[in-house]
Amino acid sequence: MLKSNVSHFYFAVFFLFSSLTAPLAHAEEVVVYSARIEQLIKPMFDAFTKETGIKVKYTTDNEGALLARLEAEGKNTPADLLITSDVGNLWAAARASLLKPVQSNVLEANIPAHLRDPEQEWFGLSIRARTLIYNTKKVKPSELSTYEDLADPKWNKRLCLRTSKKVYNQSLVAMMIAEHGEAETEKIVKGWVANLATDPLSDDTRALEFVAAGKCDVTVVNTYYYGRLMKKDPNLPLAIFWPNQNDGGVHVNISGAGVTRHGRNTQAAIKLLEFLSSDKAQNLFADVNMEYPVNPKIAADSFVAAWGSFKQNPMNLVKAGELQTTAVKLMDRAGYQ
Amino acid sequence: MAIWRTVPFIAAALVLAPVGVIVSAFFAPASDVWQHLLETTLPQLLINTFWLALGVVSGTALLGISLAWLTAVYDFTGRRFFSWALLLPMAMPAYVTAFVALGLFDFTGPVQTMLRAWLDSDLSWFPDIRGRAGVIVVMTLAFYPYVYLLARNAFLSQGKRSLEVAQSLGFNRKQGFFKVVLPMARPWIAGGVMLVLMETLADFGTVAVFNYNTFTTAIYKAWFSMFSLPAASQLASLLILIIFVVIVLEQQFRLRMRYAESKKTERAQRIRLTGWHNWLVAGFVLSVLFLAFLLPVLQLCQWAMRSFTQDYDVARYLEFLWHSLSLSGLAALLICLVVIAMVYAARRYPSPVTRYAVRIATIGYALPGTVLAIGVYVPLVWLDGRLSEWMMHWLQIETGQLIQGTLMIMLIAYLIRFMAVSHYPIDGAMQRITPNIDEAAMSFGLHGWAMIRKVHIPILKPGIFTAATLVFVDVMKEMPITLMTRPFGWDTLAVRIYEMTSEGQWEQAALPAVTLVLAGLIPIFLFMRQTEK
Repeated sequence: MLKSNVSHFYFAVFFLFSSLTAPLAHAEEVVVYSARIEQLIKPMFDAFTKETGIKVKYTTDNEGALLARLEAEGKNTPADLLITSDVGNLWAAARASLLKPVQSNVLEANIPAHLRDPEQEWFGLSIRARTLIYNTKKVKPSELSTYEDLADPKWNKRLCLRTSKKVYNQSLVAMMIAEHGEAETEKIVKGWVANLATDPLSDDTRALEFVAAGKCDVTVVNTYYYGRLMKKDPNLPLAIFWPNQNDGGVHVNISGAGVTRHGRNTQAAIKLLEFLSSDKAQNLFADVNMEYPVNPKIAADSFVAAWGSFKQNPMNLVKAGELQTTAVKLMDRAGYQ
Repeated sequence: MAIWRTVPFIAAALVLAPVGVIVSAFFAPASDVWQHLLETTLPQLLINTFWLALGVVSGTALLGISLAWLTAVYDFTGRRFFSWALLLPMAMPAYVTAFVALGLFDFTGPVQTMLRAWLDSDLSWFPDIRGRAGVIVVMTLAFYPYVYLLARNAFLSQGKRSLEVAQSLGFNRKQGFFKVVLPMARPWIAGGVMLVLMETLADFGTVAVFNYNTFTTAIYKAWFSMFSLPAASQLASLLILIIFVVIVLEQQFRLRMRYAESKKTERAQRIRLTGWHNWLVAGFVLSVLFLAFLLPVLQLCQWAMRSFTQDYDVARYLEFLWHSLSLSGLAALLICLVVIAMVYAARRYPSPVTRYAVRIATIGYALPGTVLAIGVYVPLVWLDGRLSEWMMHWLQIETGQLIQGTLMIMLIAYLIRFMAVSHYPIDGAMQRITPNIDEAAMSFGLHGWAMIRKVHIPILKPGIFTAATLVFVDVMKEMPITLMTRPFGWDTLAVRIYEMTSEGQWEQAALPAVTLVLAGLIPIFLFMRQTEK
């Protein structure tokens, strides 16, 4: 045992020293902290490097940890760009002064105003539509109308929802508060809770599976979860419904990015951001996860486009961040777990 | 050798740094969040956490002790195989077990679907697996190896002999077990149970799969959803306080007992079980192994086959594997060395202050992963910043960050988190080395290093191997620290699992999960080879 420990020890020492010298920043490189997983960012980074010669270094983690990390690193952060998969955390990063405003005509032209920060600190790169999915054997589309209608007693024991701990639901409720006010929204959320067929589920895929298996009739999920499930098994009795088409429109979230306040390669980061919003990358960025491009000139993937077009809620997403805490508290009060 | 003396204090200081970061926002006002929590979710959270902790602690104690006793003292069909196979669930991250359990037994799973079709009923009587009982069962199955491993260690070295002593005193076998054997094995069992308790309180991944709300989920929610660092800090401080009280109580209780090693004898003869006793025991052990390991692994393998073609990139997976193994190996080595030094110091220079320092050093395991990761990262990065400024100022060298982005920061963070895991087994073994043993060794002219090498290490060896195995496997499963501190490109199997599960692609996570389980077999195999000889 001792002998093998000795060789381990030499190995360990060698190992430590070889990785001891942290690399210094190179000129043509951009460092990304991403809450969007590797699979969903790497193809675009490769394309960017191919076109510009700028290397992209990235690391992935969840949003909360990345924000805390940026804050801890402060002026010494190696990160130039922060990518998240929701708007609430971009808003929080901006509020904590972790991002800096970017003036770019390219970004303004490519990204609709409601999907980027009025202060230009963050920008949407793909749209994640949160819509209704129903069981085709048990529900006629004519029965469905709005998110708010799911609070109606006619849906008693027919609704499945994902947990309120997921930021997508927090953003949805925050946007409802912006539209209806707190009191009205609380009534709606209480109605949802009263209609639940089973306790809230841990993720969107499970909610869809519960609808398909007949435990409940309708749920609220992001469309790409539906897309993944249908690609695997096209015979599932599930269909998409676009709610609120006669009033506010479908609730959308974004996967987006912001340039970090203390990054060293700001110009390269802006270049990457612009590239990601451009025609060349937009399809790739959205299609790799069956999301919708933010750039209205770019059509969605044909599999996704077949779900039909919809009117999206035009209210600026900054509200989802501003009202997130209010939304979380409201859902706690309403007993939405 | 005064330097020994400082090791517990250095270790405690290392752990106190992140605790300090977490507690630092304690006095900032967060009355609105508290008001809200008190009015809404807090009472339920406390009740949930209490029952979860109680359920998992009693479940793992019951299961771990009984399995350890059966495999240590009896002989039954398949005993040799079971005695190491029962460790295998350790290689399964608990949240993976949880997800598989739900996948199989929830409403949409094959079990209920089949039953519905056969019985033509809506199965309203079927127990709600997502309820409290379900979480407790899954966590018990995932965490019992901690108790099993430590208790087995104790029983193997003294169980049968103390049972014989008990019988010679006129106790029957049952009385002997409860009156002599169990109390003798207490430090080991208590150590295992403490690890389980800490892991249960700190868990976020498993309860998230069940959407079961605990104290830890409240900390995450306050911090990452309500962006209230003060509220998160106050909640986490409470958690630290609770753990510390438990640790102190356990220590007080332990201080009243003294343990002495019985004379070194050859291993006692096992009691051979026959007839239906034999099959009953074998059946029980097999069903635990089946539920805790075989079933989830089979399900994972089935999923892995499906995603195999899309995801499998041999070169990348070898890289993940190499990163996982080398990191865990380095961490296990480092942590065990530090803990051995710490335990020696506490033994050589016993004092209440030293004892408390040792206890503080083990608290890192009780903190929720992400919270600890941030707590570790903040001071290290701060130090790094000062260091590079200093180099710039005094030596005019632009060094950039020296620690950040290197393996060093990862290893320090692992050390802070996992000292507890290696402390309990090594400390348990150290208690075997009584003053009598030292005196006897000295009377043979053995001093200092010679005594350590010739007398202590053989006694400590099982404890050290237990510690190294536990740390190795735990580091390999670890997620938040690995995610936050890994150098660019240093992705491990756990990182891969995170990437897949964070987008809800559980089936895709099966491939890295199976690889992780296979890699976990390596230390377990080495461990068994060392202890079964």
